[in-house]
Amino acid sequence: MADKVHVTTLLNGESVEFLCAPSQTLLECLRDILGLTGAKNGCNDGNCGACSVLLDGRLANSCLVLGAEADGRTVITIEGLADWAGLHPIQQSFVEEDGLQCGCCTPGMIIAAKALLDREPNPSDGRIREWMAGNLCRCTGYETITRAVRRAAAHLNGEGAEG
Amino acid sequence: MAIKPFAHGNAVTVAEAVEALSASCRPLAGGTDLLAMMKADLTAPESLVNLKTIPELHEIGVVPDAETTKGLRIGAMVTLSQLAAHPAVQGRQELGRGSLTRSSMAVLHQAILRTASPQLRHMATLGGNLLQEPRCWYYRNELIPCWRKGGRLCYAYRGENKRHVILGGGPCYAVHPSDPAVALLAMDASLRIVGPAGERTMSLAEFYHPPDRETRTVTHLAIDELITEIRVPAPQAGTRGVYVKVAERAAWDFALAAVAIQAVMEGDTIRSCRVALGGVATIPWRASQVEEVLMGQASSPAPLSTAVIDRAVEAVVEDIRPLEHNGYKADLLQGVLREALDQLR
Ligand SMILES: Cc1cc2nc3c(=O)[nH]c(=O)nc-3n(C[C@H](O)[C@H](O)[C@H](O)COP(=O)(O)OP(=O)(O)OC[C@H]3O[C@@H](n4cnc5c(N)ncnc54)[C@H](O)[C@@H]3O)c2cc1C
Ligand code: FES
Ligand code: FES
Repeated sequence: MADKVHVTTLLNGESVEFLCAPSQTLLECLRDILGLTGAKNGCNDGNCGACSVLLDGRLANSCLVLGAEADGRTVITIEGLADWAGLHPIQQSFVEEDGLQCGCCTPGMIIAAKALLDREPNPSDGRIREWMAGNLCRCTGYETITRAVRRAAAHLNGEGAEG
Repeated sequence: MAIKPFAHGNAVTVAEAVEALSASCRPLAGGTDLLAMMKADLTAPESLVNLKTIPELHEIGVVPDAETTKGLRIGAMVTLSQLAAHPAVQGRQELGRGSLTRSSMAVLHQAILRTASPQLRHMATLGGNLLQEPRCWYYRNELIPCWRKGGRLCYAYRGENKRHVILGGGPCYAVHPSDPAVALLAMDASLRIVGPAGERTMSLAEFYHPPDRETRTVTHLAIDELITEIRVPAPQAGTRGVYVKVAERAAWDFALAAVAIQAVMEGDTIRSCRVALGGVATIPWRASQVEEVLMGQASSPAPLSTAVIDRAVEAVVEDIRPLEHNGYKADLLQGVLREALDQLR
């Protein structure tokens, strides 16, 4: 029916072009066209946050964004965090604090944490919990996730690194 | 479920978008409700016209309202997080003379911060929020042809109705899901609407109506019209407001009951006030009988007298007609009103 659209984005720091149907969500484009399966399809309707990405630096549910509308924008997914030197400090903190069990929610959690720490380097526990409210976890009970975000904040501040 | 194929176009002006609108071409704002509706095949437009590309709809500003006061004009595409971060909404920028207190816009600020999750608030627009579809589980199930979707029966009426309306229901009993709309009703906000015939302004109070038997909608928006702007009048000196919401969960969830109050104080007396209810009716609901009880009562700094609070709490449930499983909402609503009145002082 409808023609494919040509999309150019800055994805995890690299310029990426792809073709998608107007009806494909950004999550489908990432997973099915670009092979980036880090962002998860949990609920596919905005409830769980497993599909969280940064769109122009702001936290968004990629299951509710059209791929076509990522054109000209910056996208960061979980795949964009680690580099050759190793895991990103937020990822490392999740490992150290056991901030995950099955791991399904983890890419979204880490991206949500990054969105927070990029803007607020020293959030309180209350603020962390409030901010992460859109990211559901069926396993951990959230306590270790909160601790992981706190540890990541301390780490990032200690090194004065941006992250 | 994947979305049925559709065409997608970016509009650059309001006129261009209005021109495109029809029953099969719908406006796309943040997409947080529309795309979910399309995934569930509850609606299947042939094309979407993207409003994100219309610069004027993203504007938000303090502009001359009447001669001496200023109002806030919020472009329909302003996102909920942008709105919550605006200095006027946070009470840091003067709107009307003497209105510069944290509490004059607090009702809106609090309602937004209780809406959905941070990531959804980054995407969701105020215009889209006012027009979101009900969250009734019968309505949202694509296999159930309920009345609101053109069928013959509201299945909630005799079915699982613990989340449904207790005020003014029928023929549909699904609650209106918006929090910001309840706050805006208490603030006496109005909408600028643009259609093929030009523009018109309508108060939010008139904009919503109980489910209409012909169109099966709850608003006066025609299929080829857009909301372009939400206008909030400048609060008068001494205005204070509060929004209290209860939901099943503390993290994001839709309201089971919510109360918005915007009151104008003169000294320690409530000179005028507007009270609106959420989570209990098919539309944001004005509780005028509660307003009558509160008008002229002394409230600050001492709390309202117990007798007045008791009368208000009686009045708020005067007209209720609970269904089989939602009688608890009456108690909940009364509790929420008590809490709101307590916070108002
Ligand atoms: C998990 C979850 C939790 C939520 N919790 C809450 C909550 O607690 N409180 C609450 O209030 N809401 C809640 N919501 C609903 C959310 O706030 C709405 O989905 C959102 O505000 C809709 O805005 P949008 O810009 O995404 O609209 P869209 O989805 O783009 O559009 C919604 C509808 O409005 C139409 N439309 C949009 N803009 C215009 C315009 N300017 N003129 C004419 N028509 C227009 C569209 O065609 C569509 O029919 C929740 C949603 C989710 C997914
Ligand atoms: S998959 Fe997007 S919020 Fe659950
Ligand atoms: S670790 Fe399993 S859902 Fe969070």
